[in-house]
Amino acid sequence: MDSPGVSGSLRNQLALTLIGGAAVLALLLFFAVRSYAVQVAQQGQNNILEASVTSMLDAAAIRDGRIELDLPYAAFSMLATPADDRVFYAILQDGVHLSGYEDLAFSQGATGGNLMFEIGEMRGGAVQKISASRTLIGANNRTEVQIVLAQTQDALSETLDQISRNAALLGLGFFGLAAALSFWATSATIGQLGKLTSSVTRRGPQDLSPFTKPVPREMAPLVTSLNSLMGRLDQSLSRSEDFIAEAAHRVRTPLATVRSYAEATLQRVDKEENREAMRSMVKAIDESSRAAGQLLDHAMITFRADHLEREEIDLVVVARELVLRLTPIADMKDLSLTLRGDPHVPYSGDLVLIQNAVRNLIDNAMKYSPAEGAIEVAVALHPRPQIRVCDRGPGFPTDEIEALTTRFRRGANAANTIGSGLGLTIAREVAQAHGGQIELANQEGGGACVTLSF
Amino acid sequence: MKFLLVEDNRDLANAIVSRMEMSGHVIDHAKKLEDASGFVATGEYDLILLDIMLPDGDGRAFLQQHRASDFDTPVIILTARSQVSDRIGSLDLGADDYVTKPFDHAELEARCRAVLRRRAGNTKTAIEIGGIMFDPVAGNLIVRGKAVTLRNRELRLLELFLNAPGQIFSKSKLADRLFSYDDDVSENAIEVYIGRLRKHLQPSTLSITTLRGLGYRLDLDG
Repeated sequence: MDSPGVSGSLRNQLALTLIGGAAVLALLLFFAVRSYAVQVAQQGQNNILEASVTSMLDAAAIRDGRIELDLPYAAFSMLATPADDRVFYAILQDGVHLSGYEDLAFSQGATGGNLMFEIGEMRGGAVQKISASRTLIGANNRTEVQIVLAQTQDALSETLDQISRNAALLGLGFFGLAAALSFWATSATIGQLGKLTSSVTRRGPQDLSPFTKPVPREMAPLVTSLNSLMGRLDQSLSRSEDFIAEAAHRVRTPLATVRSYAEATLQRVDKEENREAMRSMVKAIDESSRAAGQLLDHAMITFRADHLEREEIDLVVVARELVLRLTPIADMKDLSLTLRGDPHVPYSGDLVLIQNAVRNLIDNAMKYSPAEGAIEVAVALHPRPQIRVCDRGPGFPTDEIEALTTRFRRGANAANTIGSGLGLTIAREVAQAHGGQIELANQEGGGACVTLSF
Repeated sequence: MKFLLVEDNRDLANAIVSRMEMSGHVIDHAKKLEDASGFVATGEYDLILLDIMLPDGDGRAFLQQHRASDFDTPVIILTARSQVSDRIGSLDLGADDYVTKPFDHAELEARCRAVLRRRAGNTKTAIEIGGIMFDPVAGNLIVRGKAVTLRNRELRLLELFLNAPGQIFSKSKLADRLFSYDDDVSENAIEVYIGRLRKHLQPSTLSITTLRGLGYRLDLDG
């Protein structure tokens, strides 16, 4: 059977889409967590810086017209971090440096009691910087104390690294879970298709009934089309079978009439030349009728060979029925028709085809047998189930044995015998449809043997 | 023997009727199932020849119905269908045999003979004449109290002669009745069968006379 062209795989496409989506989501999750963490961490540092600078400013006072600032211990201790971040400070009065690092610049936006955060650089390291001011009012002057506090961000970046790692792990975990879920979802979805496929495959060759098992809504249109296709197929198949049977009827009935007349007339006519003419007529009718029959048989076989209706049969029973059936005809020629062999030969095959093949073989044997000859039908189980038909006729011409099973070929010694040459072809095709073969041979002492083995 | 033929094709029916009458049988012809039921109700038949496709129904339905009502007259189905399974179906319905159209009349007669022989238990069909007792149905010949085994062709030849004692049969006529048309028959073959039959009939008063150039004739008191 032809396999359809394959373009892509639904499973891969679905899985890739889902996994790709999961990867994008995991990345987004990672960045979102990380940026949030940065924000929170920065906010934390800022709060501490603010608290620290506020407590410093609170400690500032004017005494005797001079600014006195006793840096509280807590203001620095609260800035301690596990990473031993360095802290820089500068104290200014109205923009004039009083104490601390001179190169730590006060941000002008922070005058007048404001706070101002900045990112700056000190001694080759990034720092978070806060500028704050407080206006002090003395007895006769007012002055502004300005403090700049800066802290390196080692602890912060350490924390951020840790959070990033965790966020990455979380993202990876999410991705892994999502990927597993996608695989599961994909398999479950494709599994429905697989189920449908296997239920189509499991069907017998003759089973063209519609599918009625419930399927997911999305697959319903497919099953509906499948059912309608099978419906049409079923119709056209039964139409073909009916057509063949009908054709047989239409062809044979008028032939039967003509033959009966010819035969009846032959019995009444005395003049030898008229009798000879009638005889030729009957012969010709027999020939065309037999050919029509075999052509239709052959059509039937070609038609059925593609979808054999196998059933459990006993080849012995098949052979016995045919022998009984054909005995009256054999009797007319005083031929003896005998059956021998194994008592039971069970086989699973198409009964109609096998009957047809064996009947053709026995017909052939009867045609070529001399009067009062013996025809033997033997059924055997070993080495393979087989039916052999042997006669005591002239046998096959040895150089033609190969060619004889071809359509319309008859042996060179078959002149004067009615036949279309299809008998052996039919038998061979039936055998081949069952995975078997026919074998032609001549018996010692004369006669032909045809073995149909399955 | 009394036959009933149920066949709607007039030509075929006429041919079968004339052929059966020629062989010495009585045959009634029904064109449809309704007529057939009438014939069966009023007469006793030894054998029914039944077509399948009839104007007022399926012959197999008729057969099934009659088999169901304990009707056991043997039936041979005449069918134009070629499929074997179809034939087997007819046998399952209670037909005794079937012939596929177009059939050789000799084949039809052979099948009739075979069916009748199978059912011959209680029928008396034997002819007693000139010291022989001959039952064409069973195929038995008893000559002066001694059973003789006849081959099929010898039996048919004897039947032919006994149906028309005193009539002259030409060699070719006999050949046409004994052999099928595709057999390559020599006139010698007829002589062989005549010779065998003569030998069988020796002890009786029956004899077969050769009329040179004309044929053969059965004489009752030779």
